[in-house]
Amino acid sequence: MMPLIFERKSKNSGDLLPSASKTNVATDLLPQNMLRKTDTGLPEVCELDVVRHFTELSQKNFCVDTNFYPLGSCTMKYNPKVNDQITSWPFYARIHPYQREDHIQGMLEIIQETEAMLGEITGMDAFSLQPAAGAQGEFAGLLMCRAYHTEQGSKRNNILIPDSAHGTNPASAQLCGYDVVQIKTDAAGQVDIEDLKNKADQNTACLMLTNPNTLGIFEKSISDITRIMHGVGSLVYYDGANMNALMGIAKPGDMGFDIVHVNLHKTFAVPHGSGGPGSGPVGVCAKLEKYLPYPRLKKTDDGLIWDYDRPHSIGRLRSFYGNPGAFLRSYCYIKALGGEGLQEVSESAVLNANYLKAKLAKHYSMPHAAYCMHEFVCSAKKQKVHGVKALDIAKRLLDFGIHAPTIYFPLIVEEAMMIEPTETESKQTLDHFIQVMIDIAEESQVNPENLLNAPTQTPITRIDEVTAARKPNIRWNPNGSDDADVQANLHIKTTTTCCT
Amino acid sequence: MQYVANTTQDKKDMLKAIGVGSFEDLLVDVPKELRAKGIDLPQGISEMELLALLKQQGQKNFHSDRFACFLGAGVYDHYIPPLVNHLATRGEFITAYTPYQGEASQGTLQTIYEYQSMICLLTGMEASNASMYDGASAVAEAVVLALRAKPGRTQVIVSDLLHPEYLETVKTYIGNLNSEIVVIPSKNGQLDSKALEAALGDKSACVILQNPNFFGFVEHAQSISDITHAAGALLIACVNPMTLGVLASPGEYGADIAVGEGQPLGNAMAYGGPHFGFFAVSKDLMRRLPGRIAGLTKDKDGRRAFVLTLQAREQHIRREKATSNICTNHALCALKALIFLSALGPHGFKRYAELNLERGHEAAKALGQIDGVEVLHSEYETPFFNEFVIRVEKDSKALEAAFTQNKIIGPLHLKRFNANWQNHYLVAVTEQRSSEEIQRLAKAIQEA
Repeated sequence: MMPLIFERKSKNSGDLLPSASKTNVATDLLPQNMLRKTDTGLPEVCELDVVRHFTELSQKNFCVDTNFYPLGSCTMKYNPKVNDQITSWPFYARIHPYQREDHIQGMLEIIQETEAMLGEITGMDAFSLQPAAGAQGEFAGLLMCRAYHTEQGSKRNNILIPDSAHGTNPASAQLCGYDVVQIKTDAAGQVDIEDLKNKADQNTACLMLTNPNTLGIFEKSISDITRIMHGVGSLVYYDGANMNALMGIAKPGDMGFDIVHVNLHKTFAVPHGSGGPGSGPVGVCAKLEKYLPYPRLKKTDDGLIWDYDRPHSIGRLRSFYGNPGAFLRSYCYIKALGGEGLQEVSESAVLNANYLKAKLAKHYSMPHAAYCMHEFVCSAKKQKVHGVKALDIAKRLLDFGIHAPTIYFPLIVEEAMMIEPTETESKQTLDHFIQVMIDIAEESQVNPENLLNAPTQTPITRIDEVTAARKPNIRWNPNGSDDADVQANLHIKTTTTCCT
Repeated sequence: MQYVANTTQDKKDMLKAIGVGSFEDLLVDVPKELRAKGIDLPQGISEMELLALLKQQGQKNFHSDRFACFLGAGVYDHYIPPLVNHLATRGEFITAYTPYQGEASQGTLQTIYEYQSMICLLTGMEASNASMYDGASAVAEAVVLALRAKPGRTQVIVSDLLHPEYLETVKTYIGNLNSEIVVIPSKNGQLDSKALEAALGDKSACVILQNPNFFGFVEHAQSISDITHAAGALLIACVNPMTLGVLASPGEYGADIAVGEGQPLGNAMAYGGPHFGFFAVSKDLMRRLPGRIAGLTKDKDGRRAFVLTLQAREQHIRREKATSNICTNHALCALKALIFLSALGPHGFKRYAELNLERGHEAAKALGQIDGVEVLHSEYETPFFNEFVIRVEKDSKALEAAFTQNKIIGPLHLKRFNANWQNHYLVAVTEQRSSEEIQRLAKAIQEA
């Protein structure tokens, strides 16, 4: 069993830094009552063991660099290493956000150009790179929506959100002080137009949608939908999580969306970082530009400067200007691929998804026969009759070194599995995945136990999540562990690795 | 440059397997009138050309490899041991996904648990989440938590020495919640506790205390904590984690929520981000934490295992009733902090704070000796850490030119935040600023 860093103990003299010139620096310079009374209790571990600790931990992870991750709506594409290196250069890593603008024109020009490129890709008029993630992009979008309606003199309380939408949508709406009204989606996963017409009224501030929808199907009536919403004076918001399906094919701006966010850690190749950081730039049509977060870049005779004189702005969402360490990578990605390259990305993403769908159609129930976009949803319905569920298939895939797809989302499909291969996976990888899925389908009939007990080839097996929530232990306790077997097993390393 | 993995033959084979003649057949559901005419951006370039382009752009930036940086205000030019990036940028960390499938993510989950534990040790609090985006939004979400935890109380009290951008962020986050902000004037660089006492009442939900504050002064945190609690309000302590090797922790003075900017723990300045906000609370507020949390448990065979837990607080389950809308967080930045703290160890972490304290005071002494330079509130001997404000009645352009000439990135001119601060400059001094660099800064000011 792998120890916690706190359970390791060896000598660390702390001389990564030099010592202060005097031993009583703190007591000399600060009043006693302001000083720390208790030691931090940080672990003392020699450098070699620190290296071994984190290296061993890393080896327990699946990651794009080692495993296929067909997670629907996450766009687990290859993260180019050249972008990691560029971002680490001192030109970009060792600049302070408050440096005078004439000393960081290189950075400012990149920000301006990235805003313009995202605008061209999505068909929107202006972008802000400030939001730290998609959820912040949504928050900004809804705040701008509120600012717009307030200026129009229109008091509107409702946000319309499909029942199949990502959870951040209603959570962001709530933070803005809006009420959420759910819109039904029909059997094809498309917005129920009749339900929409009934619920869209003078009290509606905005409709939030993604296209393709969460079934990976293009929302055919999107122009009608945005027309209906504009007809009642409402705005329409585009959740750009599925943008990998559309580049060069269709633009949200042309569909009538007023506000758009994109996820740089999905479509634009910023690595997922084990859960973040990402970046969620927000784009708007011209009439909403004045509401964008401040500051915004302004061109002067002396170059670009930050303009804080933005009287209609919704304010700021966070300190400084956004996550340059993230959007710099996307700048590099877009420059490297170019307009045609980005279109090829979406076309290949759509081709790959349809290929998988076609090859798996005989083995897994497909709720929709139509061609999909960059992802599709299939169901484990057929396997359920043998007692095997989507969860079991997901866990069994781990035994083959393939990360599970998104499961149980959207809720409108029973035993849903949402599969998004992305364009950076070779046909070889896809064929391997297809074979494994076929084998698993077969296994569910002849040997379902294998699936119910899966995974067995990973460092741990299925987790007791119930106890984790009932009796939360979310930090190491310096007063000693409750676990009797901790001390005994500290030096036993697990021998299984998690990928073949 | 292209990363698409299909060859022309692959594409042909795949179209055949799908049963269509051309790729266009797959787009039958996209209305013709919505089809874009491609993307009007220049053609792509090779990797070699990309590197040349970014180098050319980068050379327009003055950076801290060449200049001694005296800028601070939340982000600092601290030493980052090469070990941090060597480990944190491993593909297994950087290209891994959110650890929803626990069996495939024990590396990530254990590091989150360890990070949460480290934050609790540093801050003296009992529970921490897996990270927020930055210090400003962490403070804002702390205020949201306090307002929800204290129904009926709508008043948010803050010192005028909270970082202005943090205050702006709080305003954005609570603008549509039933709340009002009351700003208390500072006195001699510290929060005026008499004014605080007068402002507090049964409508007060929370007090935000930044420590050290925006001007770098250390606050009387214990007495502020006592006053705040006497009124039934929550204390939100916004702290610089670097100082916690020496300064009393928020837990020691009874803070209910401890937040702050984590950049000083192993994260590059990077023009403002990504860094991370840490967020820690007392035990009774644990279930109100925003964002992800990793917990310790067992697998079905009894092995120690880590898992994302208390997920019922989060947006993907609770939707509009979630504690926050946050989904993607700043996991990799928090990992860097964890590795940084592990590498430094307890002795190193203490040294870190002591060095900053020492350098800061050395610089204040050196600058205070210059004619025409006043170190703010030095006559009151208000305690400070490694940041302080100077008043210099010289032309700011002349100062800027002198800084550049002396290979200095000069202190922050504060007039951008407040019209009353026309000649005020915030000087930040980290462990990386040598005596020679401090002398150069003094020389530059003298020359201007």
